This record gives sequence, C-alpha cells and structure tokens, in this order.
Amino acid sequence: MANQKDKQEVNWVAIRMLTGDRVKFIGLVFGVAFSTLLITQQLTIFVNLLMRGGVAVQEVSTANVWVMDPATRTADVIYPMPITALDRVRSVSGVAFASPLLRSNASIRTPEGDLEGVTVIGVDDSSLVGIPRRMFEGDPARLMDPDAVFIDDVGSRKLFAPGQTVIGSQLELNDQRAIIKGIVDSTPTFTAQVTLYTRYSNALNFVPGTRNRLSFVLVRSDANVSPETLAGRITEQTGLKARTTQQFTRDGIDFIIENTGIPINFGITVVLGVIVGVAIVGLTFSLFIRDNIKQFGALKAIGVTNRKIMVMVAAQSGLVALIGYGLGLTMAAGFIGGGAAGSDDFKGFYMPYQIPLITAALVLAIIALTGFIAIRSVLKTDPASVFR
Amino acid sequence: MSRFAISVRGVAKDFPVGDDNIRVLHDINVDVNAGELTYLVGESGSGKTTLISIIAGILYPTEGRVQVFDTEIYDLSDNELVMFRLANIGFIFQQYNLIPTLTAAENAAIPLIADGMKRDEAVERGRVLLEKLNIANQADKFPRQLSGGQQQRVAIARALVHEPRLIVCDEPTAALDAKSGRRVMDLLREVALSEDRAVIIVTHDNRIFDLADRILAMEDGRITHDGRDKAILMQEDAQ
Repeated sequence: MANQKDKQEVNWVAIRMLTGDRVKFIGLVFGVAFSTLLITQQLTIFVNLLMRGGVAVQEVSTANVWVMDPATRTADVIYPMPITALDRVRSVSGVAFASPLLRSNASIRTPEGDLEGVTVIGVDDSSLVGIPRRMFEGDPARLMDPDAVFIDDVGSRKLFAPGQTVIGSQLELNDQRAIIKGIVDSTPTFTAQVTLYTRYSNALNFVPGTRNRLSFVLVRSDANVSPETLAGRITEQTGLKARTTQQFTRDGIDFIIENTGIPINFGITVVLGVIVGVAIVGLTFSLFIRDNIKQFGALKAIGVTNRKIMVMVAAQSGLVALIGYGLGLTMAAGFIGGGAAGSDDFKGFYMPYQIPLITAALVLAIIALTGFIAIRSVLKTDPASVFR
Repeated sequence: MSRFAISVRGVAKDFPVGDDNIRVLHDINVDVNAGELTYLVGESGSGKTTLISIIAGILYPTEGRVQVFDTEIYDLSDNELVMFRLANIGFIFQQYNLIPTLTAAENAAIPLIADGMKRDEAVERGRVLLEKLNIANQADKFPRQLSGGQQQRVAIARALVHEPRLIVCDEPTAALDAKSGRRVMDLLREVALSEDRAVIIVTHDNRIFDLADRILAMEDGRITHDGRDKAILMQEDAQ
C-alpha cells in the first residue's frame, strides 16, 4: 500500500467527478455567479443611494461642523434661521471661521423652454466656502461676477445637449437672469436635481423666501478643538443644533432609511438573490449527488471514510463557490464600474470593500446549506447498497 | 494463524419491516479457505447478497462473528473497519460503478488514491494492471467509451490494484455474453487467486459453475449445500 500519504489526492477525484459533468458544473457555477451578481449589485446600488443622502455635506470639505435650526433634519430638509445666527456662532470660542450657506429649491426655464427644478446653493460671498473642491470647467473666482452661477456637471448634461456651449449661457432662474460661469465636479445628491452654486447675496435674490433665509452656518474648528467638542459648545451657547460632518452625513443617510421604502425593496432583492442561489445551486447539487450516489456508495464500500467523503463534497462545493463568486463579483464590478463611467445615474458609485465580504458570507451560507443537504444523502447511503 | 481466509460463526441478520423485524440469515457457519474460488449461489431473496455484504464488512450482522484473515472485523471501530476494507478487500460490482468522468486507468487507481498514494504513481499502477488484463489500449478512455466486458475488466483492475487478500464479486458476468463472461472468470482466477488470497463470487450464472473450487448454495437464509461436488449443483440447475 501507499507509503506517501497525501489526503489531497482524493479531492482530485471529487473535482474530476464534478467538472466532468459539464452541464451540472456550469449550472452550479451559474447559480452562484448569478446570486453573487444580484446580491453584490443590489447591495452596491443600495449603499450608494444611501450615501447620496450625505453627499451634500461631504462635498464641503473645508467645514467640519454644520450649525442649523434645531428643526432641520438633513441638508435637504431645512428650517431656515435668521442671519444673526451667523454672528452668534462666530462668537463661540474654538471657531476658526464660520460662513453662511443657503440651500433652497427654485425653478429654471431650460434653453428648450422646459421647466426644471433646481437646488440653489448660496455660499459665502468672500471665502466661497461651500462650493465643491473640484472644478470641471472654469475658475472659482468667476463666481464673483454679477449674476454668476456654477452648475454641477451632471446637471449641465441634463440641461444642455452634447456640443452645446454651457459656459456663458444664460438661465432664467425664478424669473431672474443667471449666467453660468463654471461647471463643478460634484456627485449628484439623493434628489438628483440640477444644482446651481452662487454667492450668498445672489442667492437671496434668486430665491424668494421668508424673513429667515440662512440654512446653515458652516464652521471650521480651531486646530486644538475637536469638531465634537465644538459642536457641543455651539449647541450649549447658542441653542442651535450643531453636527459634525460625519454626524450630519449619517443624519442624511438615516433620513432615507427611515422615510423611504428603499431598504425594504433592496433587502427583498438581496433575499431573492439568496433564495435563487439556494434554489439553483441546491437543486443542481442534489441532482449531481443523486446521479453519483452509486459511485459514492462504491467509494464508501472500497474504503473511503465518511470524513473523506465530506472533504470531497466540501472540495466540490468550494470549487463551485470560488469560481461562481469570482465570476459574479467580476460581473458586478463591471456593471458598477461601467455604469459609473458611462452613466450620470451611477456617477460616484463605488463598491465598498464590505460588500464583497458580505456577499462572500452569503455565498458561503448558500454553499454550506446546499452542501449540507447534499452530503446528508451521501452519508446516509449504505455501502451495502452497491450490492443491491 | 487460522488456515481459513474467512470464518463465519453463528451469523444472523434481521431487517426491520414496519414495526417488526424479518430474519433473512439464520445461524450461518462457514469457513472459506485461502487459494479457493468460492461461489455463493441461490435464488433471489435467498440471502446471498446479505451474506457477502456481511463478509465484506459493509453490513453489520445482527448476531454472530466474522473473521477475515484472523481479524474479527466487527470488533473494529467504524473507521478501523473502513481502513481494513481499503487494505484487505477488493470489490467487483454487478453494475461496475465506475466513475464516469475518470479514465479507465484513473478508475483502476481509485483504491490507491483513497489510501493517499500520489496520483501519478497510483494511475501508473492502474495502467500496469490494465495491461495485465489485456486492455492497456483502453487505459485513457472513459467508461462510456468501453464495452461491458472492458468495463468489467476495469472494475476487476480496481478491485485488484491495491493487492487485497479477499475479493468479493457480485454477479461479475451477469451483463456479459458467455464468451466474455468466461474470459473474465479466467482472468479473475489467474490474477486474483494465490495461496494467501480468497475470492468469493455471488452468481446466478450456471455457465461458469465449472470454474468454481467450491460452491455454497443458499435458500431462505440458510446454506443448503456446501461442497466441492459441483456436478450435483450443475445437474440440479439443469433440471
């Protein structure tokens, strides 16, 4: 008998048994790949849609504390404050600078004559704190020009046909003239409206409103004060709500979770992905095992232990999981990457590293469940059955 | 060391049927010598498959003891029994039970691979045995590309490749024509039998009775004939 013990060799038999039955092997790999694609793609879209609830906050990199009326919930659900709030915030120790920000909705008449809802963002007249950090086209200083607005790049493609001149074009904004002087590179927000950036003083003219117009005070903390400490101090001394960038981003995400059906809908799709995976992989694997049950019985009679049989089935499951997961993940990455590169709807979409890990865990669960069901019938097979 | 290859003492086997048990083997006592080709014959339901399964260590008896080459096989733990089978027993099944996605040489090498031998070495030894069985030119073919007789030879190669001391065969010629069946039996006798080995064959096939050294006939779970007087059995069968 053999002297050289190599327990891996029996796995080679298992893999050959599996890959030799091409139809079932492809069926199994397809089942896992399809589940992986469905779960990964849906989770990625879900997470990115949620992240858009915090995009407006994250775009403003220079501020690390947002101050607002206590009734304000997110960057889009705002209760304005009087302009005096700005000075009250500036008076708090630990504030390096504080700038006003106005966010409001308005309507514009498009070059084709259609009506389009826009978000108008008014930033500090002198510092321009509040505009996105990257310009797609134009110079930030041009925002100082009379009636100047910057438009977001996705919005510019929405309003203007390819090849049409955007810079220098005039828009009719709430019945007033606005001239596009630059295009900013920003990620669309959850509402996906066209966004126009302008100076605070211009915004007051563009957007009709009530007595109180100030949406937020953007604050930068002194180097020796943490944003959390400063936010607490501002709330204590002014009675206003103050949130750090991270906290306010999270508020925007939580608002979507609490007020939309998105988590349920995407959750259902992910569950369906798991069910489809279990169904396809489970049925195909059971068929494969059933077709080979006599061979497994013969192996048991010859002298392959139950433990080795379990290792064999685990090797078969592992191979299917590895190839299927790899294929599915590649397809999902291609879908998200291709979408992000080619479609404004997917702009800024990315796949957080946690999603492949979650998908891997779910695929493992699918494989473990189906493998367990399959192996039960093998282990229950009486080796004496090969003589019947 | 006992002079018997197999010693069966007081073996009985019950199978559950509903709430009751039905006894299919009754107090079987038989010894099988090494170097003999022993046939186990009888009608369907006579208990011969149950007896050969018990002798081969794949079915626990309800009562009694079985010694295979001086080892009380049912005193072994489950794992020890599996390892004993792997080392000492070769199986030839009626339906061959070859793995369809492995070549003939790879199928022949299965017991060695199961025992942990390096694949290349195991397959090479399978190839050598196929050569001995005159199907070396079929070594790289898959079972579906082989005739019934060729598949049976691959099954024989698989049963012999690890040089077991006991070979148990279930209807090895049932699916073969008379000529192929006889050739398989000649091969089996030539390759398998030696002074320290034993071969037990369950068969209905009276065309090969004359090749047996000893015939055990079974009826209703009992051995009704035990001897070397093959003529009697062959006459009875002819009647």
